Amino acid sequence: MLQVQSASVWGLRERDIKVKLIIATIKPYKLEEVREALTAIGVRGMMVSEIKGFGAQSGHTEIYRGAEYAVNFVPKIKLEIAVPEDMADSIVDTITKTARTGKIGDGKIFVLDLAQAVRVRTGETGPDAL
Amino acid sequence: MTQKLTYLLGTAFALVPAAAMAQDAAAPGFDEIGPYIMTTLLFLVGGFLVFWMAAGFAMLEAGLVRGKNVAMQLTKNMALFSIAGIMYWLVGFNLMYPGEFNGYIGGFFNPTVLEPVGLAAADASLDYASVASDFFFQLMFVAATASIVSGALAERIKLWPFLAFVVVLTGFMYPISGSWQWGGGFLSEMGFSDFAGSTVVHSVGGWAALAGAIVLGPRLGKYKDGRTVPMPGSNLALATLGTFILWLGWFGFNGGSQLAAGTVGDITDVGRIFANTNMAASAGAVTALILTQLIYKKVDLTMVLNGALAGLVSITAEPLAPSLFGSLWIGAVGGVIVVFAVPMLDKFKIDDVVGAIPVHLIAGIWGTIAVVFYNAETSLVTQLTGILAYGVFTFVVSLVFWLILKATIGIRVSEEAEINGLDMAELGMEAYPEFSKG
Repeated sequence: MLQVQSASVWGLRERDIKVKLIIATIKPYKLEEVREALTAIGVRGMMVSEIKGFGAQSGHTEIYRGAEYAVNFVPKIKLEIAVPEDMADSIVDTITKTARTGKIGDGKIFVLDLAQAVRVRTGETGPDAL
Repeated sequence: MTQKLTYLLGTAFALVPAAAMAQDAAAPGFDEIGPYIMTTLLFLVGGFLVFWMAAGFAMLEAGLVRGKNVAMQLTKNMALFSIAGIMYWLVGFNLMYPGEFNGYIGGFFNPTVLEPVGLAAADASLDYASVASDFFFQLMFVAATASIVSGALAERIKLWPFLAFVVVLTGFMYPISGSWQWGGGFLSEMGFSDFAGSTVVHSVGGWAALAGAIVLGPRLGKYKDGRTVPMPGSNLALATLGTFILWLGWFGFNGGSQLAAGTVGDITDVGRIFANTNMAASAGAVTALILTQLIYKKVDLTMVLNGALAGLVSITAEPLAPSLFGSLWIGAVGGVIVVFAVPMLDKFKIDDVVGAIPVHLIAGIWGTIAVVFYNAETSLVTQLTGILAYGVFTFVVSLVFWLILKATIGIRVSEEAEINGLDMAELGMEAYPEFSKG
């Protein structure tokens, strides 16, 4: 019921709601490998940002001229990929496989429902806009 | 016009017979003027190599301070070198080389006078070199002393009080203490030996810097809750370039200090000094490279740079006598000194931005002691006496002068200025205006 209501708010047909947003944080040096693997399974676009953050790793220490200092925020790459629902699992799977080193700090993946997607050039919406 | 030309020609012709006669009578042959020319040339080449060290210090310091203080650090280096050039003419040179004097302090206010234009060979001091080349060469050493101070006190000292200190250091303190050894004063009479200035130049700069760093206090936030907070330098490429420039300049610093190049023995010694100097720098750098890897698990480039410089300072008191292996281990000890002295100063909360005190003062003391291993004419007691004399005089006079400056015009910028950076606060310009604050 809620879904239908929000769909009508956005002016959407019910079938259009099946779009997912995948947010993944990965180690910066893994970016190229992940991009190649994702394009190989048919991903046609992604947003990439350089970010800093901490997780289970909670930073590390470095030494400058004999004095130790904490690096509280570790550099990461954030990927944002909007995809049709049926592709989401294979994308999550691919990122997990390619970005994994087995060491702490490999990153996280979040999958969200996306309320709407619009292609600016044509005004197409939903999966058609991806 | 024609009349004037005739007059000039007439004068010239009138002089010809006199000149020809003088030549017949006393014109020295090349055997006699050769050494004078060679030694003068040594001073000129050595002098411009040591001059270039000013660029080395400027780049080293610009690279090791944070981005917000780079333009100020460059300003200080430019200003201190130029002030040294004027002060050394006005009082310094003749205060340092007074000729006959009481051994402690020579004549004040006796500005340097050069030889007349086109000096005749008969009027030259053929056993040495031209006064101008000597003045030029010695002047470059003073500026090095002042550069040492500017690096240690970076990022928090006000421009004008710093320059006031430079006037006193380059015009009076350095020349007075320098005369004790190089001007034929009491330490040279005693048998103290410091070939190119581990003590006379480097430790003097280091003592003045130490006194300044104590009076000035550390940079804001440098020592917090008993811990040392690193403040990484803005540009390690510049710091590395600066170190290589200093390394190059050091060949003039040590090689020129042979003070003679007119015999096979002298010029061979200059070559020997160049090779030894290079070896000590290499050993200092490699030692710091290995030690930081072992102690910190990662190499610290800034320590490697300091290691090379400490190696150079260590060999400066005796770059001639040691073998290449001797230079290697003397320089290597310099590298060890740096790696342990930098964190040790931090323990005492003495904030030395570029490591000037470990490199120039502590390695300078080491180098002066190391003379006894290869120079049989020296003794540990006289070497220690010299070290102590320079230390007490320079540290105490510097301390007093810094305290006077602090009590009168103040030596430290405001908290806000320090946080915003001296570039904007004191100069109103930035070294890198198109980059974000460092």
